[in-house]
Amino acid sequence: MTSPAAAPIRQLLRSPFVARIGVIALLFCIWEIAARWWIDPMFLSPPSRVFTSLGAVFETRGVPAALRLTFFELAVAFALSVAIGVVIGLAVGLQPFARRSFMPIILLIYATPQITILPLFILYFGIGAASKIAFGVSHGFFPIVMTIVAGVQNIKPILLTSARSMGASRWQILRHVIFPHMIPSFFTGMRLAMTGVLLGVLLAELYVSTAGIGYFTTLFTQNFDPTRLLGLIAVLAAMAIVLNEIVRSAEVYFGRWHTD
Amino acid sequence: MKSAQRKRGKPLASRAVQVAFLIVLAVLWYLATTRWKVSPLLLPNPLRVLGDFWDIVKTGEFLGDLRVTLTELALAFAMSASCGIAAGYLISRTQYCIRVFEPLFSAIYAVPIILFLPLYVLFFGLGPASKIALGATISFFPIALSTVAGFGNVDKVLVTAARSMGASDLKLFRYVLLPAAFPIIMTGLRMGFTVALLSIIGSETIASLAGLGHRIVHLAEGMEMARMFAYIVFVVAIAAILNTLASMLEARGRRF
Repeated sequence: MTSPAAAPIRQLLRSPFVARIGVIALLFCIWEIAARWWIDPMFLSPPSRVFTSLGAVFETRGVPAALRLTFFELAVAFALSVAIGVVIGLAVGLQPFARRSFMPIILLIYATPQITILPLFILYFGIGAASKIAFGVSHGFFPIVMTIVAGVQNIKPILLTSARSMGASRWQILRHVIFPHMIPSFFTGMRLAMTGVLLGVLLAELYVSTAGIGYFTTLFTQNFDPTRLLGLIAVLAAMAIVLNEIVRSAEVYFGRWHTD
Repeated sequence: MKSAQRKRGKPLASRAVQVAFLIVLAVLWYLATTRWKVSPLLLPNPLRVLGDFWDIVKTGEFLGDLRVTLTELALAFAMSASCGIAAGYLISRTQYCIRVFEPLFSAIYAVPIILFLPLYVLFFGLGPASKIALGATISFFPIALSTVAGFGNVDKVLVTAARSMGASDLKLFRYVLLPAAFPIIMTGLRMGFTVALLSIIGSETIASLAGLGHRIVHLAEGMEMARMFAYIVFVVAIAAILNTLASMLEARGRRF
């Protein structure tokens, strides 16, 4: 027999959301205890110290500029991926012959591990921001091409035929039939492209960097400064999560109309 | 009759376009290095790359690096596969656990885990250990998530039917749960294998002492471009072979 006041509390405990928070809190506790008593402070610092020293990370000379630079690289790489991906996707996808000819080649290039040519990107584009943007684009534009081509392909032929038989021009068909039908797959492509751009830019940053966050992760690692390293990683992870969430909610929002 | 002919003609035409495209690319590459005097430091002569590739394969100098990379891959994949399947199975046992852990894993999976590479280098050093740890971490999530999806979505009617016919726990697992979940787990294993390979070559490129990724960076820093291109071709070929093998195993497993 439980008292009536205890019922909502028990219900709360049973909700998966609360349990999830509990799991996360438990992990942080283990980390805190391990870092405080067992592990050499040269290698791991407790989460409490990491979070209280987040301010120190931002006060490190150059870190705010590095974060801005990395964000700028991500934004430019993402915009370029979308622009190039849409152009190539439409060029290849709208013509059945071009699709059959070039899709296998695009798939082949997509399947190769681009990380092997990262040194080439540095060689061609220098060690500045350009090489990071280029490498991010090389990861980001393939998903856009894929989803645009798939989106164009999935339009029911009857819609195209009826639009044409009612006398729609080529542009009108594009504007009123093809574009609206591409939107859901386009935003799926945007989400995948964001994952790719994040991976590409961060890989290139970690490989070689003179002013971006890659420089500071290397610096903190070499100075055995886990507190600031963890702080920087936490900030970057938060940035990645926010960017992913933005494109994910855009996908949900713009995919609504098509759920018939 | 005519349409059948056209249908047969079309794939041939697109094949021709593909071959022509690749030939044009190769010819442009060749002309760029010989006629238009692009610096060999930026783009080496394709014939020299081919010669170096043949040299690498013939002398077997790739063996040491290949062994390092494949050992790292095997260990990382063995760890992530065993931990991922075990964790996925345990989570999938109750609907409650699925709802607690699945969003958590999906959220972590969405973060680019390559960010933790500096931390792993700090913990495990520059040697193979940090690559194994990173590869295992990155490939753990797709494997665990697909195991949860596989075991979690078994048709309840099948489970109830088997139970009512008196199947023991072991029999239920062997004849109902495992066959239903196996194809989805195989897909997760294939995805995990691909990302483990990528992240191991990637972390070798960024910070390491040996391995195929390290070899490419080493040649790039020494400005031995022809040999570096040859190694890139070699690594791409190895990755293609490994991924094809994984896909074949997955297709075989899905039929089971």
